[in-house]
Amino acid sequence: MLTAAIFVPILAALAIALLPRHRGLGASPRGLTVVATAVAAVPLVLLAVAWLRFDGAPGFQQVEAVPWIPTLGIAYRVGLDGLSLPLAAMTGLVFTVAVAYPVDLRGRPVAYFALMLFLEGVSVGLFLALDLFLFFVFWDVSLVAMYFLIGAWGHGDAQRSALKFFLYTFAGSLPLLLAILGVYLAAEPHTFDMAEIIRQQPLAGGGIYAALVFAGFFIGFAIKTPIAPFHTWLPPAHVDAPGPASAILAGVLLKMGTYGFVRILMSVLPDLWAQLAPALAVLAVISIVYGALVALAQTNLKRLIAYTSVNHMGYVILGLAVAGAAAPGQEAARALALTGATVEMVAHGLITGGLFLVSGSVLARGGTYDLETYGGLLGRARSLTWLTALLAFASLGLPGLAGFVAEVQIFVGALAVYPALAIVALLGIVVTAGLFLRMLGRVFLGALPDRWREFPDLGRREAGLLGVLAGLVLLIGVVPGWLLGTIDAFAGPFVGRP
Amino acid sequence: MPVATMAGWAADVIAELSVVAGGVVVLLYALAARRGRQAGAAWIALATTAVALALTVPALIEPGRLTFAGTYARDHAAAIARVIVLLATAVTIVLSVPWFRRDPRHGEYYTLLLYSALGAMLLAGATSLSELVVAMLLSSATGFVLAAYHRRSSASAEAAIKYYLVGALANGAMLMGVALLYGLAGGTTLDRLPGLPPTAGPVAAVAVALVMAGLMFKVGGVPVHVWVPDVAQGAPVPVAGFLLAVPKVGAFVFLARFVLALPAQELGWAAMVAVGAAATMTLGNLACLWQDDVRRLLGWSAVSQTGYGLMAVAALGRSDLAMVALLYFLVAYVPGNLAAFGVVTTLRGRTALADYPGLADQHRAEAAALALSFLSFIGVPPLSGFVAKLLLFAVAIQAGFAWLAVFAAVNTVISIFYYVRVLAPVYFAAATARMRTLGAAAASVTVASAAALVITGVLAQPLVAAFAAAAPGR
Repeated sequence: MLTAAIFVPILAALAIALLPRHRGLGASPRGLTVVATAVAAVPLVLLAVAWLRFDGAPGFQQVEAVPWIPTLGIAYRVGLDGLSLPLAAMTGLVFTVAVAYPVDLRGRPVAYFALMLFLEGVSVGLFLALDLFLFFVFWDVSLVAMYFLIGAWGHGDAQRSALKFFLYTFAGSLPLLLAILGVYLAAEPHTFDMAEIIRQQPLAGGGIYAALVFAGFFIGFAIKTPIAPFHTWLPPAHVDAPGPASAILAGVLLKMGTYGFVRILMSVLPDLWAQLAPALAVLAVISIVYGALVALAQTNLKRLIAYTSVNHMGYVILGLAVAGAAAPGQEAARALALTGATVEMVAHGLITGGLFLVSGSVLARGGTYDLETYGGLLGRARSLTWLTALLAFASLGLPGLAGFVAEVQIFVGALAVYPALAIVALLGIVVTAGLFLRMLGRVFLGALPDRWREFPDLGRREAGLLGVLAGLVLLIGVVPGWLLGTIDAFAGPFVGRP
Repeated sequence: MPVATMAGWAADVIAELSVVAGGVVVLLYALAARRGRQAGAAWIALATTAVALALTVPALIEPGRLTFAGTYARDHAAAIARVIVLLATAVTIVLSVPWFRRDPRHGEYYTLLLYSALGAMLLAGATSLSELVVAMLLSSATGFVLAAYHRRSSASAEAAIKYYLVGALANGAMLMGVALLYGLAGGTTLDRLPGLPPTAGPVAAVAVALVMAGLMFKVGGVPVHVWVPDVAQGAPVPVAGFLLAVPKVGAFVFLARFVLALPAQELGWAAMVAVGAAATMTLGNLACLWQDDVRRLLGWSAVSQTGYGLMAVAALGRSDLAMVALLYFLVAYVPGNLAAFGVVTTLRGRTALADYPGLADQHRAEAAALALSFLSFIGVPPLSGFVAKLLLFAVAIQAGFAWLAVFAAVNTVISIFYYVRVLAPVYFAAATARMRTLGAAAASVTVASAAALVITGVLAQPLVAAFAAAAPGR
């Protein structure tokens, strides 16, 4: 079933790519949107079923495995646990919404929907992969698909941004590949099987070899996450990508980095992670404060949201540093931080994904991201205003919304382990609150400039799709138990909480 | 010598003999046929490759052994190399028919092509230095003429002259090295090399370096790589695709046999090859960076690919996967190269980067073939180029050349830049004029070569298992 969640969109993508472009379904953007949305929802449905069957026991469940290149210890292995299940399900949801969301197709609907569906299968596959080789395959392929999405449907200096994204993240994926090979060669017998490697702990002895492997993984994941100072590819890629692609880039692709930290680096090299945890926490706090301050200085709506991603990913890394810290007796706090970090990954996917879709709609109506040119839209565009406000409040961590659930857990955990850093990080929250309020004020309050007299509100489709995301953000904020329980089934055993 | 022994030996090289016979038939046909019917020679040549492929099958299954008094290997590595060479030759033949349609005298061309392939096949099986010399000269002499086959094109002539001059130098050096090794070891078969007297040290090192110079010329490695970009740019396009790929197959396999036969670590060949690999991949890469001519870019990228392949050679004897990595690299590289040159051929030799915008709009299949080829060169999964890079990195790390793996990783990142510089306009820009092609046959073998990258990448297991069993006999 998990295999179907991965390969239904991929096979559908190939089928769509082969459609004739000038007649039939291939020439009908409307028809293709419906078909592609239906396909995009398949993984979501399948993962919802998988969630119902998930029993909360530790370890990987619903595993499906087939030998692939047994001579090299490579197999197709997929499965899920309390960490990967929410992320994979969030991926299915964000993709379904993004595929259905209206976008300027530039006369190439076939290629657009094929790439989106292909990227969906690949992204779901990455979160479900239990084999390092398979993980890396999905990792790399996602870069290529995103490169074409930005380059072909982006705006502004799209090709340059796409190239920068591709070069930069590929530069991260090669250290990752070398690190994977390092682990593979250290395991005896050589294998790419994650569960087996985590059981064996082949690099537990430490030493220079383990340090190099750690560095490889760290650089690879840090670029993708991104942690400052590895974030410079992110703003141009986000700004120039089409709205739905930005939503996926921020909502799903960034999570691949943070997920990799937990799934691979912290699991394979826990001792080294614990030793370096204080330094990582400092890096995280730098990302938090730096991301927030730079976002504060932006006048471009999309750039502003992009930099808040750096800030939010900082919270995740802070949570992970706390979760992996060597803090005897603090297992409960560490589990709390890990759960919080994972909720943050899911929440950020929904919230920031939604905000990027909003900015796509704003661009389609106003032709610019420049905050200064807008104002007073509250009177013209009610649903746009309220949906944006809800997502922005969720992003700044207002109680009752998903972001708050995540951040409060991260901070409670961090206060127990790194109190001083936690207090500095709180500054980030204050700045973020300020910048979102200012953004909302600029765009929606004040006097309505004459040129926006006819500014259209969100269409029914846009409002409905954003409503789904906003509704889930609200649901997680108000009744988070179902999500927290699932994640805790992973987080508790991971930190060794008695 | 008993007739029975002779007949047995002949049976051992039946695939090679079939190519010799096919080449003669093609030549006779070309002499007899009218100008308008010269293309018929291509069909005879194509049939020859099919027959030779069929005759190679037994050698893929039977256990390997030496034949011709220890001078020639009939083993899996040689047979695998033969399969790659013959398939690549068949693709080249199909590409050549429309390309040479207006050349009234292209019948003999197919004889040259077959004999050049034969040179590569002999190179892959050679286990003696004298056999090496014969195979190298056969491969080189035919290669020079093939590169010059556009008789009225100065670019073609220039490429051939450069190829010839560098080749003469490298082959001369190799002959010197062979002579020295013969004197030191008292025989030409490779099994004599492990017994080199300890006193031979410095002279032996020089001799090994000279032989390697000849082999580096064939694979297009630094410092005897200078012919590669010129041949890529000036030679007839199908020939360029052929010459950058096919001789390499034979030369890499012989190089592997040669270094494995050398006395363990005394001559320092592994470090020598590792440095050569690093220099080759870096130089090839840097030369690609601002290249505005697609053929020349493919030439330089072939140089950098050779550098990656040499990583496996450096790891031979130190990593149990080195031979797998080398053979798999060839499986990934050859179709990638053929697909890229196939696209250029199908587009009637269109080579300026400025002529590529909008290709994807007009010719979806050709654009996809070019993209798959380039992505495979970069090493993007699930294409075979990725599995090759994975194996190459792994064996380099295992052999203690982790720095080389890092070097290759950095080079890979650099390479994205110039490959994407071609692909971006192909996909993102609008076409300015109608692009005409050479027809369905050329396009279909090009697409088939690109499809091979996907198929061998996803279904790598049978190949990897076969290669793991194919350690060459000495």
